[in-house]
Amino acid sequence: MNLFADAIAWIFSPERVTGSHPIGQAVAEHLFYTFVSVLIAGFIAIPLGWLIGHTGRGREVAVAISGAARAIPSFGLLVLLVLVFGVLHKPEAAVVTFVLLAIPSILAGAYAGLEAIDRRVIDAGRAMGMTEWQILWRIEVPLGLPLLIGGLRSAALQVVATVTIAAYVNLGGVGYYIIQGLPLRRFDQILGGALVVVALALVLDGLFALVQQLVVPRGVAAGRTPDVRGAPNRRRAAVEPATK
Amino acid sequence: MFTARNKGRLALGAVAVGAALALSGCASGDPLDSGDQDPGADSSVIVVGSQAYYSNEIIAEIYAQALENAGFEVEREFRIGQRDAYLPSLEDGSVDLFPEYTGNLLQFYDPDTEATASEDVYAALQEALPDGLTVLDQSPATDQDSYNVTEAFAAEHGLSSLEDLASVGVPLVLGGPPELEARPYGPTGLAEKYGVDVAFQATGDTTVEDLLAGTVNIANVYSADPRIQTEGLVTLDDPKGLFLASNIVPLVNAAIADEIADVINAVSAKLTPEGLVDLNVRSTVDQESTAAIATAWLTEQGLI
Repeated sequence: MNLFADAIAWIFSPERVTGSHPIGQAVAEHLFYTFVSVLIAGFIAIPLGWLIGHTGRGREVAVAISGAARAIPSFGLLVLLVLVFGVLHKPEAAVVTFVLLAIPSILAGAYAGLEAIDRRVIDAGRAMGMTEWQILWRIEVPLGLPLLIGGLRSAALQVVATVTIAAYVNLGGVGYYIIQGLPLRRFDQILGGALVVVALALVLDGLFALVQQLVVPRGVAAGRTPDVRGAPNRRRAAVEPATK
Repeated sequence: MFTARNKGRLALGAVAVGAALALSGCASGDPLDSGDQDPGADSSVIVVGSQAYYSNEIIAEIYAQALENAGFEVEREFRIGQRDAYLPSLEDGSVDLFPEYTGNLLQFYDPDTEATASEDVYAALQEALPDGLTVLDQSPATDQDSYNVTEAFAAEHGLSSLEDLASVGVPLVLGGPPELEARPYGPTGLAEKYGVDVAFQATGDTTVEDLLAGTVNIANVYSADPRIQTEGLVTLDDPKGLFLASNIVPLVNAAIADEIADVINAVSAKLTPEGLVDLNVRSTVDQESTAAIATAWLTEQGLI
């Protein structure tokens, strides 16, 4: 526990504000890389995921590729890309690394959201004379939104944790404290940096959980996935038939 | 750091080493010798370790081959990583011999050391080492931190020493591993000893590339790095002793130090600063294997 006390003391020491690496700047850099990477990944993965989900084609390929992409070691890729792009393009190399990390989760969220929709709903839309675009925008996208946000949520969580390695190629972020602390054996600094990353991850996850609740379309409240495990027994009995 | 339990284990290890050596003597063909049950417990095997740094690994391989040639049984535990990872293994006796660097090792055990000259560092190191560990003779070869600039930058500003940096008119940016920022020879040391103010960039593994690309104009490079020659870098002299001298030194388990001293000291004596750079060039430029480099060097030096 002593180390934790030291780490907390490290985080709240006045040097974190006045020192050469103020914690506010580190957090800003960290969130900047997280945000940009998830945003770019979203622009790539969401349309692709919707295409796959809507047409039902290419799912196997997407699953195989995104599964393989999950196995890429980000650290190795980052160092490789810095060497390939050259040291003047370190930020680009880092963003590409984090985008590749974020794509699988978002892609899975996008097409799984569309696939999870009851086919009868889509058939009904088609029977009413909706065009394919209308089916996509008015039925599939809104109904698939909660799962898509779930995909973005896990992507953001993975990226915010992994941006820690950006410090290894001189891009700052909260990881700098950890990477600098290791060879100096400053364990309070290492743990303090790690705790800040954990806090960032929890805050981001909380925000996405909130958004996930908000984007469930009105009228499909029954489609909300209630937290059945956490609910008391009586409520569980009341909720379960409604979701079937 | 030394608990009673550790000490007990160490003593046990020392007794085991002594007994095994007494039994096996000089006869490497002793049939009793090969019948070891547990390599960890049987201490007639000398475990040689190395850092995850190619140059360090070459030296470790040279030690290993020299010992094998002298009839010792050797086990290699290479690429263990940083000091935090391997020094405990040396202290508890699971690794017996490790190529080290006097200055950096001294700084690990005595972060506030004032010694900078080679002999002072070596003497201070012998004081600072924990019980059970000792160093053999240090080699003339050094591999230490040094500040380097590009040839063009040196010519433009007339630089040959760290003292000259004070009169350079452009903003100076120092690149190096992240921990350099907090080291006594980092930006604060430059300001205190030479009155030179520099900004710091944690360029890590790409320090030389960053120097060449111009993101930094001073780079912290190890003095035995072949790229100082191949990239035409200018190493700035350090007349006021900012850096600790860091000669290559074999760190050994005290229990076996006398036994292997002759073999290893002969190696250390032959290893020169230029020789070390050559060895590194064979690895990074010629891409030869560590074992081949070690064998070739030992043969050239007439050691095997």
